[in-house]
Amino acid sequence: MLIKYLFAKNEDIPAGSSSVFFGFSAIFWFVIGTGLGSFNAAKLAFPDWVTGSEMFAFGHMRQVHVLAVILGWISMAFAMTMMYMTPALGNTKLWSEKLGLWNAFLWNVGLSVGLFLLWMGITSGREYSDIIWPVDIAIMFGVLLPLGINVWMTIAHRRTQGIYITNWFFGACVFFIIVVFAVGQSPELFNLTGLTEAYMTFWFAHNVLGLWITPVAAAIAYYTIPKLTGNPLYSHRIGHLHFWSIIAFYSTPASHHLMSAPLPEWLKSFASVEGVLILIPAVAFVANILLTMKGKWSMFVENIETKFSITGVLLAIPLNMQGGFQQTRAINWYIHGTGWIVAHAHLALLGMSTFLEIAAVYFGLQQILRRKLYSLALANFHYWFVLIGFCIYWISMTIAGLIQGAGKIYEVPYIDVVVAEHPYMIARWVGGTMVFTGNLVWLYNMYMTAREGTVVPAGRYAHEMAYER
Amino acid sequence: MAFQQHKLGAAAIGGMLGLSMIITLMFPSFDFRSAESTWVGLDKSLSNGRVIGFSYEDPLVIGANKPITVILDKDPKTGEKIDPPMRAYVYEPGVPFAPAVRHPANTGPTVGQLSLSVGKMGEATEAEGAVFAINRGEVNGKDWDYIENLTALKGWTPADTLRAATDENTRYVGKGKTVYITEGCWWCHTLLPEQTQDWQIFGAPPMLGDFNGEMPTAFGSDRKAPDILHVASRNSSREWMDMHFFNPRLVQPNSIMPRFDYLWGEIDAHGNKIDFDKWRTEYKEYRAGTRIYPPEIPEYAGNSEVRALVDWILTSLK
Repeated sequence: MLIKYLFAKNEDIPAGSSSVFFGFSAIFWFVIGTGLGSFNAAKLAFPDWVTGSEMFAFGHMRQVHVLAVILGWISMAFAMTMMYMTPALGNTKLWSEKLGLWNAFLWNVGLSVGLFLLWMGITSGREYSDIIWPVDIAIMFGVLLPLGINVWMTIAHRRTQGIYITNWFFGACVFFIIVVFAVGQSPELFNLTGLTEAYMTFWFAHNVLGLWITPVAAAIAYYTIPKLTGNPLYSHRIGHLHFWSIIAFYSTPASHHLMSAPLPEWLKSFASVEGVLILIPAVAFVANILLTMKGKWSMFVENIETKFSITGVLLAIPLNMQGGFQQTRAINWYIHGTGWIVAHAHLALLGMSTFLEIAAVYFGLQQILRRKLYSLALANFHYWFVLIGFCIYWISMTIAGLIQGAGKIYEVPYIDVVVAEHPYMIARWVGGTMVFTGNLVWLYNMYMTAREGTVVPAGRYAHEMAYER
Repeated sequence: MAFQQHKLGAAAIGGMLGLSMIITLMFPSFDFRSAESTWVGLDKSLSNGRVIGFSYEDPLVIGANKPITVILDKDPKTGEKIDPPMRAYVYEPGVPFAPAVRHPANTGPTVGQLSLSVGKMGEATEAEGAVFAINRGEVNGKDWDYIENLTALKGWTPADTLRAATDENTRYVGKGKTVYITEGCWWCHTLLPEQTQDWQIFGAPPMLGDFNGEMPTAFGSDRKAPDILHVASRNSSREWMDMHFFNPRLVQPNSIMPRFDYLWGEIDAHGNKIDFDKWRTEYKEYRAGTRIYPPEIPEYAGNSEVRALVDWILTSLK
């Protein structure tokens, strides 16, 4: 295993080791995270299923699901892609493979400790910032800073004249997440209270999505799609429009998450206007990637990595259409705090972002391990189970949210809303369980790829080769 | 390479993020600082203590070292009757003070000043403990709620005050809010009636000064259950709350709320071991129709988590 390289000399560690460590960790956390999601959904549909212990209480597990997926699956998949894409795009080696391995190791340890404590109820009680501050500090210095240093130093030591758009995103977004994490956790460290704490909680929650999850996922597509299709990126300039407009517009609308809280009205209006401007980077990104596909659309059907990647890009369209407008006062009052938002959050994380990352993890692991994917049939099973499971989830929760919104404004007794939502809660559980099943298959498929996949000859790409199974 | 693209880019990125942080963090902080605390804000801060959730004084998040709220109907020192009964916040020696006391500016410029000058709030020390209450006074023709240090003003000690209140009038509000946080009630219930039609069922939305000194605010974002900011105004029955927590289906057959029977702990109010298995068997019989009435729920002990939780609901969520 890769643990043995933790104490090896940097030169002796094979290139890509940290990427493989991060990749398999990410898939593992994805299985855990979606498994918990499925379990939690079952509890919402059938509240008397598994009771009597706080260890299996919904309130103890909900945040573990959320953070296992965000910090375990999504962020580790990001680190995995950064570890192989950043050096490849700079025509160089990763600055330190050893730092990368330690980073992956400490990440797994820190996240396990943080999530275990959360499960036990040892929490700070702040949504998305639930992990207690001593673990936050460990995450800062064991997880985020080493990742940043590795990425920045690799970019600085590049052997190319320019910087490709993906690396602009990687370098900037790691910086953002470090700043955002430090500021977001500061209320716990400095005992900031009241509305300041509430606002900072959602300042963090918003910026984790706006400056970390969605832009890095998009950056990954800027690498995978040109690489898989062999087409150059349609426009580097449109890519930069995307990059700079994300920084300018999407670092500011945090308070649109608190439209009904007593925050200053100027702040809410400002956030609302800035929030609509997300459409500029969104349209730039989607158009850029889809135009890059020119002449290669058959790969959307034939190539599993492209299939995942383009599905993710297509899901960015409803994501940003919802995201841009649902936070305006005209719409927010109806859907705020309902299942609609839950559906939207899963569209961002399980839809757009996850599909792009899955593609990059499939692609990267095959390239680094020099092994062709073990089974296309299992990969297709994975694709359809995640996609159909996600769609069931998304549609059912959107409908549930609209029911809830109607119940809210027509003053329906709340218990009637609960009864009306019941079928959709069951559908949500079915969808979530399908995603979990698909991921279990994926873990098996990647494990078998590492063990028994056909060896890819030097100088060839795995996706150029035919499947033998 | 003479021209280093990443240096220029890094400066531009840093500058843009800095500007965004000035607008979205620094500017709102001026608004927050000028917010004067309301009675609700002072009450929450004084009854919750320094921090709910993980902290030095409560590392296992079990509600240790929290202030205790009492309803007093007689003066702890002189024994005189107090009518109507008043609410006081008892900080036993060593319990960290609320942010409202530690940082008077937290409660707003006027309220903080009033608490220091008239309320003698600054004279309290954590080592000796103190008893606080909320009073109302006039500054420049306007009424303000402010904090009074009754240990300094009336000579009430924490021990005397707790004795005068007796267990019946003691409310473990700080511990109850801790249970609310650790059990994740706020993943489904919100504490934020929205500024739309919401308030007609769930009551008035909170105001600007209602949060000063609260940590964490935890008003929730994902509503799968009714808003409970004013739940005790709609339903103040302790018996209903007890049954609803033990098994929500006892009082609301269609509820999807989890059972919180584990908050009863091992021992009931009479010191006997609670037989959960027997209860579950009998409840199953009731559900199957072979039993006419559901089994009685156990009486909880005075130091159980569920007692603190119901205390908090009936005292704070009005």
